[in-house]
Amino acid sequence: MFKIALSDITRLYDAITASAELYLPVEKGGEVEFGPYSESALVRLDALQTVKSAKDMFFPFQEDMMKFHMEGKNISVEAAARKDKDFVVFGVRACDARSFSILDKVFLAEPVDTYYQARREHGTVVSLACHRPEETCFCQTFGIDATNPEGDVAAWIVDDVLYWEARTEKGEKLTKKLESVFDTADTSSVEKQQADVKKILNKLPLKELDLTYFTSHPELEIFKRSEWNELSSHCLGCGTCTFVCPTCQCYDVRDYDTGHGIERYRCWDSCMYRDFTMMAHGTNRKSQVERFRQRFMHKLVYNPLRNNGEFSCVGCGRCLKKCPNSLNIVKVAKTLGGGQA
Amino acid sequence: MREIKELLVQKINELMDNGTVDRVVGWKAGEFCYDVSPAVFTKDEMGEFLYNGFCGANQSKFLVGAATMDIPFRAPNAPEPPAPKKVLALLKPCDCYSYNQLINEHRLDASKVYALGIPCTGMIDINKIKAKGIVGITGIEEKGDIVKVKTIYGDEECKKSEVILERCTVCKGKKHVAGDELLIPDEEAPEVEVSADRMAEVAKLEAMTEAERFEFWRSQLSKCIRCNACRNACPACTCRTCVFDNPNSGVAAKVNTNDFEENMFHIIRAFHVAGRCTDCGECSRVCPQNIPLHLLNRKFIKDINEFYGEYQSGETAESRGPLISYTKEDCEPSIVLERGNN
Repeated sequence: MFKIALSDITRLYDAITASAELYLPVEKGGEVEFGPYSESALVRLDALQTVKSAKDMFFPFQEDMMKFHMEGKNISVEAAARKDKDFVVFGVRACDARSFSILDKVFLAEPVDTYYQARREHGTVVSLACHRPEETCFCQTFGIDATNPEGDVAAWIVDDVLYWEARTEKGEKLTKKLESVFDTADTSSVEKQQADVKKILNKLPLKELDLTYFTSHPELEIFKRSEWNELSSHCLGCGTCTFVCPTCQCYDVRDYDTGHGIERYRCWDSCMYRDFTMMAHGTNRKSQVERFRQRFMHKLVYNPLRNNGEFSCVGCGRCLKKCPNSLNIVKVAKTLGGGQA
Repeated sequence: MREIKELLVQKINELMDNGTVDRVVGWKAGEFCYDVSPAVFTKDEMGEFLYNGFCGANQSKFLVGAATMDIPFRAPNAPEPPAPKKVLALLKPCDCYSYNQLINEHRLDASKVYALGIPCTGMIDINKIKAKGIVGITGIEEKGDIVKVKTIYGDEECKKSEVILERCTVCKGKKHVAGDELLIPDEEAPEVEVSADRMAEVAKLEAMTEAERFEFWRSQLSKCIRCNACRNACPACTCRTCVFDNPNSGVAAKVNTNDFEENMFHIIRAFHVAGRCTDCGECSRVCPQNIPLHLLNRKFIKDINEFYGEYQSGETAESRGPLISYTKEDCEPSIVLERGNN
């Protein structure tokens, strides 16, 4: 294990940027999001969460795919470049770090999504352990240890020192390049913090959320529950929950008419929207209750059915914080599954 | 707050018992002490009815569906509901403006609503409590001017005036401008404190140079994730199909190739609700990125007041806004050009 004083942290940033792009939580317009590092960037490693999750780094909010240029009767097609530079995502929390393996199962399965694949190959994840979880956190439900996050490198901040431990080959490679800025450290401070934070995690109100109902009952039975009506009755049909969610993976491919050609791009889409998966015959989910049910069936039923019981949720709690009408996956789980928490 | 809740529940039961209404649009508890949800209650369900300092959201728009039982979210195979009596709406003084405006725009059928005015002394914004670094919240109690917060990290407290919703800092007053009945007469309701100047932030923006103002809005609007929460919560946004939801319109309710559309979306929306926006502040309350969208609307309100005389949309259910009524005294459109040159 290595360490560096937080007062020296810019030396670490500079060392990383010598060989790769660096993205980390930065404050912009009062909110914290993953963004590129610069000397003037307001880095906020203290923020528990970014508004958008770290999935934005691998499956961006908006991504160019190709351009069509038209000249007379000639059309030329230019593919957008795949990510070809190495980059480091620094400060990914344990919940977001787990989301990548859920997204991998979608985007890296055949046919492979080469845009996502290029970012995954070039990206190194440096995760950051939590030391001040909030009441909305329930990552424990999914076997995630907030004090020992997954990632190519795991990091901890204890008092004014950042501790650093490589976990994968990629992480080792990155660490090698940075050795000159680090001092070696023993693990005792980190272990003490881990023990302390585990006590806090034990006090969280949602720590015992039970989701076994969703994997032990037939999907059609869950689908037909009458409670969906009441649950969705005050859903505004906005896309907030889907866009702040680390595991929501739906996107739309759209053409933007520039007047002299087309820019084809993809952007995050939301199953809460009425034009979601619109087809020639129209839409297959005409009411908000159907759209609402789809989202939670996907997370709690369809995903585990197809992925060995793995839920498409990491317990980050963003939907609990951000829904304008206080709807969220916990409310759905408790109403339908009677889960204790 | 507790006394108001008791009075309120008593009144609701009375109105249900005497057949005036058969259901009420109220609030239900969430996971925590602060995340209440809007809900419709019948007499049997009143046990779950809740009213506390977090019931700040403007429920007027909810009445568009609830008043007709034409709830847009009802499952297609759900049974037809019985012919309903009136629905009871609980209006805080500020909610009255949106309520009037929706009636004025024929989006809400007032004959299907019984509106009860309830007093209010300011509602709490949980995000302001959290912004103070108070997290791990397990309980919140209002004691006069003090908000006591229990957390897993220990007890905290803050002044209520520091954690009320922005809209409450510029409260329009305790007078109800709509409603069939008041829970307590406005004169007897507790005084409300207006702690901020409603147009102060707008004035600050106006005082900026063009470049500074552009930079301010760029930094704010570029945070937008196009979730459409502002539009979907806005009581002035009740179009059956929004232009951004029309696949043939050429624009979409999603992100575009560059952030031009994010910027334009909010400006287009501000224009669309100009003269109709009551300044209820829902757009900013629901924004997951805390973009101060209400400032766009307030700028329009300020301009309308300056060009056409003071006007509060929703003050009555009959008024014609200055943008849809012509008088010879109206300013010439060239005023825009003149101001732009300054």
